[in-house]
Amino acid sequence: MKTDVSSRVVDKGQKQSHFTANLGSRYTIDRIFKYAAWGATGVSILILVWLLVTIVADGIGTLNWNFITSFPSRRAENAGIIAALVGTVWVMCLVALFTVPLGVGAGIFLEEFAEDNWFTRLVEINIGNLAGVPSIIYGLLGLAVFARIMQPITGGRSVLSGSLTLSLLILPVVIVSTREALRAIPNSLRLAGYALGATRWQVIWSHVLPAAVPGILTGVILALSRAIGETAPLIAVGAAVFISFLPEGLQSQFTAMPIQIYNWVGRPQEEFHYIAASGIIVLMAMLLVMNGVAVYLRNHFQKDF
Amino acid sequence: MTDNVTGDIAPGSWSPKRDRAKAIQTIVKIIFGSFAAISILTTIGILATLIFETIEFFKEVPISQFLTDTRWTPLFASKQFGIFVLVSATMMISVISIMVALPLGLLSAICLSEYATPRIRRILKPMLEILAGVPTVVYGYFALLTVTPFLQIFLPDLQGFNALSAGLVLGIMITPMVASLSEDALYAVPRSLKDGAYALGATKRETVTSVVLPAALSGIVSSLILATSRAVGETMIVTLAAGANPTLGFNPFVPVMTMTAFIVQITKGDAPYGTIEYKTLYAVGMTLFIMTFALNIFSFWFVRRFREKYD
Repeated sequence: MKTDVSSRVVDKGQKQSHFTANLGSRYTIDRIFKYAAWGATGVSILILVWLLVTIVADGIGTLNWNFITSFPSRRAENAGIIAALVGTVWVMCLVALFTVPLGVGAGIFLEEFAEDNWFTRLVEINIGNLAGVPSIIYGLLGLAVFARIMQPITGGRSVLSGSLTLSLLILPVVIVSTREALRAIPNSLRLAGYALGATRWQVIWSHVLPAAVPGILTGVILALSRAIGETAPLIAVGAAVFISFLPEGLQSQFTAMPIQIYNWVGRPQEEFHYIAASGIIVLMAMLLVMNGVAVYLRNHFQKDF
Repeated sequence: MTDNVTGDIAPGSWSPKRDRAKAIQTIVKIIFGSFAAISILTTIGILATLIFETIEFFKEVPISQFLTDTRWTPLFASKQFGIFVLVSATMMISVISIMVALPLGLLSAICLSEYATPRIRRILKPMLEILAGVPTVVYGYFALLTVTPFLQIFLPDLQGFNALSAGLVLGIMITPMVASLSEDALYAVPRSLKDGAYALGATKRETVTSVVLPAALSGIVSSLILATSRAVGETMIVTLAAGANPTLGFNPFVPVMTMTAFIVQITKGDAPYGTIEYKTLYAVGMTLFIMTFALNIFSFWFVRRFREKYD
């Protein structure tokens, strides 16, 4: 550590040179800078703690089994989150169903098959740009395409429209993480396969993909956890805010956890703010579990080549 | 040809079905290639819907009015469409958020890459990642119900909905992004450069601020621009905490309405297709898209143009 250096004797007596090292004040500035850097990090962490503590303190009182299993209500003490919880599970499963084949397939194409031509470059630039498009814009796309133009198939403002919209939103994330997982597989594995006479696809299917599964799964879970935390696109596509039934099919109306929380936070009555906090605890717990699973997969199944 | 080969290795009756394997590979390649094309279709879809409805909008509202009106009242009887009312609110909140995220994010990045020991770094980084993973609706809750009442202790003039706490919390939200992208840039500065500075007698702070930061400047600036773009497009925090009151001006103490908040306000209700409200939605979306797209392009360009390469 460098802290003891500042106590070094400062050399002021030299007259031959106009240069004064002036170490004392320079080290003081150094120390201030160091404290500022640690302080900034500390402030960020403290705010995170403040946020978590507030939410737990506000919401733990109204978080009980009744809250988990009840439908929303006009009276805060009867209101529950079951419709939103089931809606979120529906959305999550559908998004996974759409994005896993599409995202992994596109990732394999770009990483393993694609030559460096205009199509590949266009897709790559495009994926980079899509990541920067605000999520509410995806909501507007979903509203126009899935909820209106494709209404006969999707049933309008349905759980299917919402899931399709979120799938488009996280598709670039899944593609990028698939590519990273594939890139981590050493080339020697592929070359060994080719040497035995296998085609590119046979090598991918029987060796590269199985080895990359933990990495791909980690990416998919993280992308899904982003999808279920998204609020804005679902509002735009038309998730309902007050629903007292569970989705019955793909064309059913639905609500989701963030939408329900948004609705409760927006109400003027204070009791609804407490149950909003309870809803946030449930949502954050889900995200925590998903992230935990992702980290576990990454640490325990990732082979070192 | 394959038949000949089979004949040569007579003892076994096995022959690799090369033709079938190659056919399967071609099919797989075409299917996966079309999956990759979906991302292009998404972009085309976004552009097409935005442009189509925006053109419909400008058939009813002249573009000069859209750009110069000073009021935003699309839901009133006397409709006025001054987009700058919404843009000013978005800009004000983004500036506040960058004023928070620049010092916090950059200093955190310096702390992580220069001061923290590897062990502490392993603890701090996941915590910043948690901060980045918190859903935005949760930040909205925090801004509206925790930060605003807290600020009102010191600023009695602050209204229940205001741009200030929305901007501050938005700043906290984008801090991890600035921190992690800037840290990557700082990390990429070669050690020899720092060692050179130390050898010349520079202190650690002098090395960081006059050697490492300038060398990483392109990455840091581009992380800030990307964070700004994120702030401009952020929806839930501003919808919940900044209110829904379109006012022109830069007073952070009063309720304002951003572009994203307007989109939520309209889509939350039932805006039937073909109405002027529905078209307004896409005109605002187009403006938002252009702003974020310009920022993203500028950020990429900046990195390319000003990157210092060390090999």
